[in-house]
Amino acid sequence: MRSDPQLYRYLPYRNRPQIRWPNGARVALWIAPNIEFYELDAPPNPQRKAWPRPTPDVLGYATRDYGNRVGQQRMMRVLDRYGLRGSVSLSTAMCIHHPEVIAMAAERNWEFFSHGIYNTRYTYGMSEAQERAMIEESMALIREHTGQRCDGYLAPALSHSDLTIDLFAEAGGRYTCDLFHDDQPTPVITRSGQRFVSVPYSLELNDTIVYVVNKIEPRRYGQMIRDAFDRLYAEGEHSGTVMCVPLHAYQVSHPHRLRAFEEAIDYICGFDHVWKATGREIAGYFEQHHYDDFVRAQNALDETVDGSGSRQENGSASGQQPRASA
Amino acid sequence: MSIDASYLQYPRRRHGMDHDRYAWSMLEQRPPLRWPDGRPLALWINISLEHFPLNPRGEGFKPHGAMTMPYPDLRHYTLRDYGNRVGIYRVLDALAAHSLPASFAINGELATRYPALLRELQQAGGEWLGHGWNMDQLHHGGLDAERETTLIAESLAALRAAAPAPIRGWLSPARSQSALTPDLLREAGIDWCADWVNDELPYRFATRSGPLAALPLSLELEDRFCIGENLHAESQWADQLIDACEFLLGEAQTLGSGRLLAINLHPWVIGQPHRIAQLERVFEHLAAHGDALWQTTPSAIVDHCGVIS
Repeated sequence: MRSDPQLYRYLPYRNRPQIRWPNGARVALWIAPNIEFYELDAPPNPQRKAWPRPTPDVLGYATRDYGNRVGQQRMMRVLDRYGLRGSVSLSTAMCIHHPEVIAMAAERNWEFFSHGIYNTRYTYGMSEAQERAMIEESMALIREHTGQRCDGYLAPALSHSDLTIDLFAEAGGRYTCDLFHDDQPTPVITRSGQRFVSVPYSLELNDTIVYVVNKIEPRRYGQMIRDAFDRLYAEGEHSGTVMCVPLHAYQVSHPHRLRAFEEAIDYICGFDHVWKATGREIAGYFEQHHYDDFVRAQNALDETVDGSGSRQENGSASGQQPRASA
Repeated sequence: MSIDASYLQYPRRRHGMDHDRYAWSMLEQRPPLRWPDGRPLALWINISLEHFPLNPRGEGFKPHGAMTMPYPDLRHYTLRDYGNRVGIYRVLDALAAHSLPASFAINGELATRYPALLRELQQAGGEWLGHGWNMDQLHHGGLDAERETTLIAESLAALRAAAPAPIRGWLSPARSQSALTPDLLREAGIDWCADWVNDELPYRFATRSGPLAALPLSLELEDRFCIGENLHAESQWADQLIDACEFLLGEAQTLGSGRLLAINLHPWVIGQPHRIAQLERVFEHLAAHGDALWQTTPSAIVDHCGVIS
């Protein structure tokens, strides 16, 4: 165990290299529908119960199943109306259980990235080889069933190990959604030293966190989305920001909630300088145009702090040190 | 460090569900539904009438609303009992004032304790649902099959003598089930069950003794869920119901297919004097849409959809 995740270096929000999004956009807006499958009778994990109630937890299971039976199409209609493509955080077993939902997202040219196999199979307790196998199988499922390369990762049910991001990067991944430390993309340190990006996802605006954890009422959620946008749009005039709205059809698509969400999206889409992007597009653009500037700024900051100016340029593609082994 | 190899095996990964209780089906992919007289929205208001014992065993788990203090938890016992003494009458008055029908899901033990309450419910009219024995006797995975069979039989027997019509529907306490509950309900003569909140319309549910209908009773619009668990303001709860009504009416019209607004109420929550006016506000809203609403019994909704016929 580490006291610091050792995944990124400090870089103050002020005085950073400027980010310039395509076409002068101030905010890169991305919508991340989590399309998930939860098992009724999941095998036990030593560190986390799949359901709060004894098996079968009919209420927990049915609550999630609602998203696939009722919610997905409702959510898709709203996003269609505003020309927003989803970046799907996918329980990849969905490709087999409910390929009809995958086809609907694929028809819309949505991006798919890995959210593990099932949202009831946690990373906790897995060996490195097991976690690698799980990650690689999930990426292969996306390739096989959608034809897409899997570039992004959000660990299943946000269950991580110390190696999660390293393993995903080594399997060919390009960005992670697992880090909540910033409103702009940042370089991520991997043990292999390869270039790898954190794309801001959001827990604060994640409908499940909003409705289940923070127990917020729907109209306030809509207001939170607008308020976040207003601030990120204003700050984005100086340097481009990222706004992510993670969704779950089993939360946002309820009849008492979807209108409040749609009104917030309608508000955002009334502004001109919004880049309606996907996770892959944001990661790729940042990696190509701003990644090196950010690494240089981090290096310069370290040199200022230790006064030595002697940090060695290392030969890795990321231009930053690989993480030392623990 | 590693986890058992079975944790990375997926024996139920197949097309459709990971169990055999119902077929995979997306609501919008089904044929359009037409309610009688072409009304866009069916309305089902259910009142849950519950008994929370003072000496709970907490077997399975403790549902929201159960005793939380050391024995004797008079404060929670009496707050729940308030619903059956006072709150229910405010709710009945509000229903009558707006000429709205409701069903009543009644714990069996409550029926045996308060025959006078049953007589008032008979006067009110409306269908009765089996609702288990009490809020401490849950149907859960650890329950012995024989005990559960008896529990269902006794819960229904307690209602049947006074029920205005044969009991066809069931709502389990806290919507909790064992792996056998659907089978045992079917075998006890139940036609439909409201526990699974995975849909907004009736669908067919398989049991070892033939088909059961599922008629989902929305959890997340409940007074108890919004006000009791989420601590939303009373007015915010009412806003959510009104928003749901408007949304479903709009969707029914846009997609040309009937929708169902299912509202579950708990007199121990909404029957409080500082809350009842918000229920009345919701009822006024519903009554104003009277021509668009199919106001009927839940069994009539199940029968109309023909999922088990």
